Amino acid sequence: MTKYTFTDKKDTRSGFGDGLLELGRKNSNVVGLCADLTGSLKMGDFQKEFPSRFFQMGIAEANMMGVAAGMTIGGMIPFTGTFANFSTGRVYDQIRQSIAYSGKNVKICASHAGLTLGEDGATHQILEDVGMMKMLPGMTVIVPCDYNQTKAATIALGDHIGPAYLRFGRPGWPVFIAPNRPFEIGKADKMIEGKDVTIFANGHMVWQAIEAEAILAEKGISVELINLHTIKPLDVDAIIKSVSKTGCAVTCEEHQMNGGLGDSVAQTLSRFHPAPVEMVAVNDSFGESGKPTDLLKKYGLAPENIVSAVERVISRK
Amino acid sequence: MADLATLKKLTSQIRRDIVRMVHACQSGHPGGSLGCTEFFVALYFEIMKHDKDFNMDGKGEDLFFLSNGHISPVWYSTLARAGYFDTKELATFRKLNTRLQGHPATHEHLPGIRVASGSLGQGLSVAIGAARTKKLNSDNRLVFVLMGDGEQQEGQVWEAAMYAAHNKIDNLIATIDYNGQQIDGPVDEVLSLLDLKAKWKAFGWEVIECNGNDLEEVTKALKHAKSLTGKGKPVMNLMRTEMGCGVDFMVGTHKWHGIAPNDEQLADALGQLEETVGDY
Repeated sequence: MTKYTFTDKKDTRSGFGDGLLELGRKNSNVVGLCADLTGSLKMGDFQKEFPSRFFQMGIAEANMMGVAAGMTIGGMIPFTGTFANFSTGRVYDQIRQSIAYSGKNVKICASHAGLTLGEDGATHQILEDVGMMKMLPGMTVIVPCDYNQTKAATIALGDHIGPAYLRFGRPGWPVFIAPNRPFEIGKADKMIEGKDVTIFANGHMVWQAIEAEAILAEKGISVELINLHTIKPLDVDAIIKSVSKTGCAVTCEEHQMNGGLGDSVAQTLSRFHPAPVEMVAVNDSFGESGKPTDLLKKYGLAPENIVSAVERVISRK
Repeated sequence: MADLATLKKLTSQIRRDIVRMVHACQSGHPGGSLGCTEFFVALYFEIMKHDKDFNMDGKGEDLFFLSNGHISPVWYSTLARAGYFDTKELATFRKLNTRLQGHPATHEHLPGIRVASGSLGQGLSVAIGAARTKKLNSDNRLVFVLMGDGEQQEGQVWEAAMYAAHNKIDNLIATIDYNGQQIDGPVDEVLSLLDLKAKWKAFGWEVIECNGNDLEEVTKALKHAKSLTGKGKPVMNLMRTEMGCGVDFMVGTHKWHGIAPNDEQLADALGQLEETVGDY
């Protein structure tokens, strides 16, 4: 039995769209910019309710990032929307100079991240975006785990000052976070208390970790599950505190092993509290076309991969 | 507003500042800076409504963005001479711990700068964004932006060009420093722009032209550009200049795009530029 259940599956991008709509009602400075993917990003309701605050940018992402930076001058809070690939790699220099280095209050909202994009294949399945964004000084990086948390994160960004990257995905996914569960940028969310191993997960991989925990519990292994939705700023205290208790860690993310959540956790532990770490992530590979769950299996991101990683890391204690 | 003779004197002083700044740190971009001096003087001392008590949001003010950030010396000198900060600070240009970074930045909080620039092609987009926000805020002041001609080789410029015309961003005046030179040589040899005027027209912009090294003419052109705003089209000012203008051995060549004069060359240059308002 898992400690979390779901009755509904929803895409995290809809959490973004619904969160943006709610935020738009609360804050008249919130504006939406989209590069010809309004339907895919679920920005249509915001566009409909706030036509004068929605900007269709066309297939011109570099210009979109620059315009967003400029719109902050005078107090607007731009939320840009396109696929994660075009939100980062395609416009890295624009983000670096016009947004991050310039300290602009732009929220870069990125959908269709990772393998679970599915059939479109590797051209669109970016697995390097978190690494690119977390390297930028001053950039906040958030990878929420389900519809409700993505909605909460989107709304939280309205009050957050400074550049931020919000990453979410395409497929329907279990909704297991209660709508009223508190969400705080930069604060890890301990979801399951345990003592033998800490699993740090974010995005779609939190659900995979919940399924893995159920299997491990049956084997008598007590898992502490921490949802590390904010990769930057990283909740260093929560990481050290948990691993001080459990003595080892497994990280789970839908991203390259290089540069992602695992990197951040391992760096923290090696500096402040050395302990064995195993990483469940894509290992230096591009993705391919397929069904999301089949892809997660093929690239080693299924619950059984997490179970194996936990067994390995415990044996290294 | 100052009279033409006073402003002309200011151009000489700013040119002195430029060569002295670049000489002092032995790096920087004197050529384009010298070529754009009249434009900056016209903009800051005649055309724009702006406040030296700098506020990032600039509500109720005209805003200026420098896209070709490498000509920072002329902008820094102009800002200092306009009272944004002490002219003595010009001596810190490109040196450790300076607010006067090699390329303009907001990071060190230098008054007058609203976005970092230097990586080319980005300034027009930022200016469009700022112009958009002015409209949302019912702020009827204008947004100005300067780009280089070599910079027109960047694809983002044309994304922005298309966007501004489609969306009738008519509170925006862009200028291109059309000096025909870029770092590797004449623009026509590196990657020709062909008919730049026709290109901007075809992209839906109102296009005017002027001689950017004639203070009276560039002032007139910018006033004319202002009269063209608010009519449903963004305005492009194609401004012919000479790289290195004001220093005879720097004129008409790309060679002084990004190198500093030595002591002798500095003395030669300063001999050609009258000290008017006073050196920093």
